[in-house]
Amino acid sequence: MNKKGIAALGLSLMMAGTMLTGCGSGDSDGAGKKADAKGSVYYLNFKPEQDTQWQELAKVYTEETGVDVTVVTAAAGQYETTLKSEMGKSESPTLFQVNGPVGLASWKDYCYDLGSSQVYKELTSEDFALKDGDKVAGIGYVIESYGIIYNKELLSKAGYTEDDINSFADLKKVAEDITAKSDKLGFSAFTSAGMDGSSDWRFKTHLANLPIYYEYKADGIDTTDAIKGTYLDNYKNVWDLYINNSTTDPKQLSTKTGDDAVAEFVSGQAVFYQNGTWAYSDVSSIGDDNLGMLPIYIGADGEENQGLCTGSENYWCVNAKASEEDIQATLDFMEWCATNDTALKAICGSKGAMPSGADGMGFVTPFKKNLESTNLLVNIANEYVAEGKTPVSWNFTTMPSEQWKNDLGSALTTYAADQTDANWDLVKSAFVDGWAKEAAAAKSK
Amino acid sequence: MEKTIKRYWPVFLIPTMAAFLIGFIVPFAEGIYLSFCKFTTIRDAEFVGFQNYIDAFKDSTFPDAFKFTTLFAIVTLVLINVLAFLVALALTQKIKGTNIFRTVFFMPNLIGGIVLGYVWQLIFDAIFSKFDTALKLNEVLGFWGLVILVCWQQIGYMMIVYIAGLQAIPEDIQEAAMIDGANRTQRLFRVTIPNMMPSITICTFLTITNSFKLFDQNLALTGGEPLHKTEMLALNIYETFYGRVGYEGVGQAKAVVFFILVVAIGLIQLKITRSKEVQQ
Repeated sequence: MNKKGIAALGLSLMMAGTMLTGCGSGDSDGAGKKADAKGSVYYLNFKPEQDTQWQELAKVYTEETGVDVTVVTAAAGQYETTLKSEMGKSESPTLFQVNGPVGLASWKDYCYDLGSSQVYKELTSEDFALKDGDKVAGIGYVIESYGIIYNKELLSKAGYTEDDINSFADLKKVAEDITAKSDKLGFSAFTSAGMDGSSDWRFKTHLANLPIYYEYKADGIDTTDAIKGTYLDNYKNVWDLYINNSTTDPKQLSTKTGDDAVAEFVSGQAVFYQNGTWAYSDVSSIGDDNLGMLPIYIGADGEENQGLCTGSENYWCVNAKASEEDIQATLDFMEWCATNDTALKAICGSKGAMPSGADGMGFVTPFKKNLESTNLLVNIANEYVAEGKTPVSWNFTTMPSEQWKNDLGSALTTYAADQTDANWDLVKSAFVDGWAKEAAAAKSK
Repeated sequence: MEKTIKRYWPVFLIPTMAAFLIGFIVPFAEGIYLSFCKFTTIRDAEFVGFQNYIDAFKDSTFPDAFKFTTLFAIVTLVLINVLAFLVALALTQKIKGTNIFRTVFFMPNLIGGIVLGYVWQLIFDAIFSKFDTALKLNEVLGFWGLVILVCWQQIGYMMIVYIAGLQAIPEDIQEAAMIDGANRTQRLFRVTIPNMMPSITICTFLTITNSFKLFDQNLALTGGEPLHKTEMLALNIYETFYGRVGYEGVGQAKAVVFFILVVAIGLIQLKITRSKEVQQ
């Protein structure tokens, strides 16, 4: 009996021992790092598409400087969830991202003032800094554009060129003509406007940006607590156009995913696909000569000068609650990313741009040393600017909450399945009343 | 023997107690504390008193989710238990291949809720597309979709509990009833079911609490669509927590209310079924 008891005691001691040594080694590791007074960087990355590139870049940086960089990437759509739990830990991210003013509201207490940092001085324009009062809370590190990506070959098969589409009326005429002839042509005008979670953000967030943009512009404001919905009829027109001239029965949109739309586009089942520069690698298989991008026209006044929607929802923030060494290490890492040749090549370049020969991230950065992009869609976006078209700013970052977007998406799905006035009223109410309600709810906190 | 147990009880108890304390008691207490706080991460909570509870009760989607969940719990409680009991009765008869059937019925339980949700969504939508509709467009379809999914998943598990219960009923009671001239139905309702009450207590408790706590299946199958009409309590709490800036505390307050509700309902149910249990 006694022997067994001792054995059991020994076992449980061993258990406790492993637990303790687990903690112990962790601690001594940390202490070791701090003894070098170098600090370390923990980057919680937002973009799953670029995870491998960041991991590699982190390794390169560590080899060059000896400073540890840990990169963790949140699963798609799980960034806020991951950030909340990671920030609650004692080893929390030192470098994280917010998506704009609304995202900043929940994290502003955690944002280190970047006003005196080197990376802030590297920005080409103040516009790319996210400010909280006078404090520089975030630094945009990638600029992106979206619009209607189209297949040139199919468009010319249907008897049109991009010069024929300069307004919403033109787009409507072309799309409806393609629908009328679709049996003969063998393709549709639009890819499915899927309302599954992997695709609905293209409409409840990105498309909804246009009526918001024009309303802000008309009223001369850049954010509001009560949207009026002045351009909701335009939103309805463009949504009607998308859903009634597509590859898919509008009743089935709730089941369609983002991958479905990509597949339809690259297999030539549809001419138009609303998405942005980040989707280049998905659609590049139809050939660079074949790809074009149009502004999303909604029939607002002055849209003949409208360009693509360009902006950023990726702002780097430094965790103010991290230790001083870690903050310094993080600032150094950011500066390195914005100025070092290898880093810039990896961030801006595409094919073979990584030190290992893998594909780069293909970003356009707002930094002074930004490199020429090889992403065709990015270059198209630049051409619009060069032609003197006005880029549409990303006002969806002022949408009051995730709840607002979800409710709007849900109403759009309901309307698509049964296109009655009563159902459009649901969309209106989600858009206008929902905005007021969500803005008030956010204010009260 | 007794003396050694007296001397070494900490060896057996402390690891379990520590795990229970670290894994359950501490987070639970912290959770209750956080429901009175405004916080973004759990490290920087700021005490705000009952404000979160006031906001939680002002939110009209919460009672709606409660109604939907209650209806769902009642329907699944009846369906799962009746069907599981019938399957258990069938599979304790002397027929060939009962073990294979038991295994097959039990298997859906081994698949995770999210996977099940997506798989059933594909199945349902493939069928509904023939009728020009979809699961996420109609709350009635969404409700029955969830019921079918949960029944399919849980019947097998409850069946195993019922089979164990059936096998524990002594043969001699059944025989005595037979000799007394009781027919099949009489034996089922007067002998089998009263002797099965402990199993029924367990199964009804599990089905009710499972239905109230249902989350993964709800998230994956309907996601609350259309317009929150198929949103159950757990999903509503999740949406509150992550849906708005600054609403973490309100979500936490809802979670505490949710806990109290589930405990209360569970206790009432236990009291009712326990009182019907008989001593063998």
